Amino acid sequence: MSYDVLMFGWEFPPHNSGGLGVACRGIARALSHAGHNVTFVLPEHIPVSDPDISLVFADKPSSVSNTIHTQHLLSDTAYADGKRRLNSEGAVVDTSSSETLTLMSAVRDYGRQAEKIAQLTDFDVIHAHDWLTYPAGIAAKRASGKPLVTHIHATEHDRTAGQGRNEAVYDIEKSGFEHADHVLSVSRYTKSILEDKYNISEDKITPAHNGITETPPEDLPPVLRRWKRRGNKIVLFLGRQTIQKGPDHFLRAAKILSRKREDVMFIMAGSGDMQEDLIERSAELGIGDRVLFPGFVRGAKTNRLYQSADLYVLSSVSEPFGITPLESLLNKTPVLISKQSGVSEVISNALKVDFWETDRMAAKMNTALRFPSVANILAEKGHKEVKEINWSDTAKICVDCYNKLTR
Amino acid sequence: MASLCLYFQVHQPHRLDDYSLFDIGEHTAYFDDHNKQTSNRRLLQKVANKSYRPTTRLLLELVKQYPEFRVSFSFSGTVLDQLSEYDPETLSLFQELVSFDQVEVLAETSHHTLAFFYDRDEFEKQVDLHIEKIRNVFGQTPRVFRNTELAYNNEVGRWADAYGFDGVLAEGWDEVLGWRSPNFVYQPPKAEIPLLLKNYRLSDDIAFRFSREDWEGWPLTADTFARWVSDHNGNAEVINLFMDYETFGEHQWESTGIFAFLEDLPEKILADPDNDFKTVSEAIEAYPVRDSVDVQETLTWADTERDLSAWLGNQMQHTAIESLYDLKEDIEQIKDDSWYQIIVSDWRRLQTSDHFYYMCTKWSHDGDVHAYFSPYNSPHEAYTTYMNAVTDLRERVLAHAN
Repeated sequence: MSYDVLMFGWEFPPHNSGGLGVACRGIARALSHAGHNVTFVLPEHIPVSDPDISLVFADKPSSVSNTIHTQHLLSDTAYADGKRRLNSEGAVVDTSSSETLTLMSAVRDYGRQAEKIAQLTDFDVIHAHDWLTYPAGIAAKRASGKPLVTHIHATEHDRTAGQGRNEAVYDIEKSGFEHADHVLSVSRYTKSILEDKYNISEDKITPAHNGITETPPEDLPPVLRRWKRRGNKIVLFLGRQTIQKGPDHFLRAAKILSRKREDVMFIMAGSGDMQEDLIERSAELGIGDRVLFPGFVRGAKTNRLYQSADLYVLSSVSEPFGITPLESLLNKTPVLISKQSGVSEVISNALKVDFWETDRMAAKMNTALRFPSVANILAEKGHKEVKEINWSDTAKICVDCYNKLTR
Repeated sequence: MASLCLYFQVHQPHRLDDYSLFDIGEHTAYFDDHNKQTSNRRLLQKVANKSYRPTTRLLLELVKQYPEFRVSFSFSGTVLDQLSEYDPETLSLFQELVSFDQVEVLAETSHHTLAFFYDRDEFEKQVDLHIEKIRNVFGQTPRVFRNTELAYNNEVGRWADAYGFDGVLAEGWDEVLGWRSPNFVYQPPKAEIPLLLKNYRLSDDIAFRFSREDWEGWPLTADTFARWVSDHNGNAEVINLFMDYETFGEHQWESTGIFAFLEDLPEKILADPDNDFKTVSEAIEAYPVRDSVDVQETLTWADTERDLSAWLGNQMQHTAIESLYDLKEDIEQIKDDSWYQIIVSDWRRLQTSDHFYYMCTKWSHDGDVHAYFSPYNSPHEAYTTYMNAVTDLRERVLAHAN
């Protein structure tokens, strides 16, 4: 049967600050391609449209200035690049507690508006992505009596690496899981966190791995051309520089590897609340001339970095899924990934390490750099593996779930 | 008799453009002007409009009007390069002023660097380059040396002595003077060279406190200031007022009355027959050395610490400057002279002390004087930009060294 799905999201590419928007669009489009009708709700009007999905804005459609406002909201810790980031005008936006309050009230406003949307729309099932939309999902369920699926892409436990979680966020997440008729988790890893940290019953959760929209990236000129030409290596970190992503572990491994070899440049792309500390730390460790910080990188520049790197490292402390290793493999760059990640469940042709084992992380970096044959095999086979991963598999799991709930 | 010795520092660095990782290996326009915030052209023209031109015009009138008036300058080579490229008219004004015998020009490093503390050979080359530049631009050969940011210790003094300078300038800091006054001529231990020490109290009354309304001396008139100077009579031979030239019109805006103050100053000072003006060389010639001053730790004219910590206070600054000086050996291997000249020019511009000043984190948490002078959003941005440029330069050096 064909489902009418009322889907609640928070952001949508290109107006996204992280992977959530990309994942939501991937799932929504795949559902649409499988013959289902997706109404995708966003909290505020942004200038986007999509051929496959009908987008609805919970507030009244309004001027472009709202876009900036949205980015302000998104600049809170959860879905932004950290504590300080540039807004669209180039000014530094500091995350203060008042902004957290603003974010919370935006989440609640979204919930109130969702009730009205649910009353005005016909649908079979509600699908809500991450805590920001859970109050909206719950309100829609209350208003319509239709089943609710909450999809979890990242928990507060991941974002804070288990340290000093925001209780209000945690409570919203837990309530989302409890009010849901079923929960989809982005990995088995995340499913286990829901069981352990949120006390959600095992039967209520089904893992649904992320896909990737495979657009083979074009060949781009390498960065640090002269450096590469001299036969030197690049090891890449690319992600938010926050505690969740383990950039400090990456930097420690970089220090260890730098003692062994002088031909490696470490690029730490991305921004986040740990960035200034990391920059200072790299200097204190005596590898300041071996670590470059390009800041937040978008679009083709991201692919340039992947292609230039000899190895991509995902050092996350707790990574529900982790799309970047897939992007790296699409660019035919081998990956070293933290075992504390969902992506390690779907890629077998990767080097893997526990994030805290920085000696081993360094040793495995070295393996990839020392033995081109190993690196090539990992890159080629990993690349093939990634091409098999797609959003239609994710959509199938969603539909299986809808089937059970609407039967 | 008390002589007033005015010395103004004129300096602008070649600020780095927003040179990113993606620029490394692609182009070498480190100091380009396409970013408004860091545009050297824009910033030079701004400071020339607000400060250099009006102040120099005023001083021209004063040297003509008062034959007894004297003033000394130090121009970094980088500001002279920028003036000749972006604002030749202002450079001509400076040349006109310096053509008066009442105006003396000092020696420093060509690129306003801390090379003395990292590479003595390079340092001497920069001093020679600077002397040559001053000769070419002003037709004057400097006789008195001042190091970047007035960075001074015994070794600097002895070096200047051995290098044949007639005198050297330093901060008149209480910690090295003890009970003694900065208003006499001193010399370093085991050296013969006269040392002129900045009277920071009177200098800062003009440079920092002039517009501060909560200061008891506010509003400061030339009359009052001349009285303070006269009060030193009998207990002072030379009162050294050393400050940035940008004090006039840039640090202290025109609206504070700073130009009127300067305009009145010669008349009011000279009204007391016991006062006069001297250039640095005249002061050294006129007064005997009264004592020696032992300066073991490097002294500068910056911040309350009066040390190098604004430039070399954190690990980012050390990493940055050491990465740069590490290139020296390989640069010397470059055989092709035209490549050597191009690369050395960039290398020297990257040595300018301002780059390290922008990386200072001493007070980065409360909007402060350092942030005011920095074209970057943060010390960390200054550092990462700098390291990108150094990374590119290193690759160029290696490409041409073999």
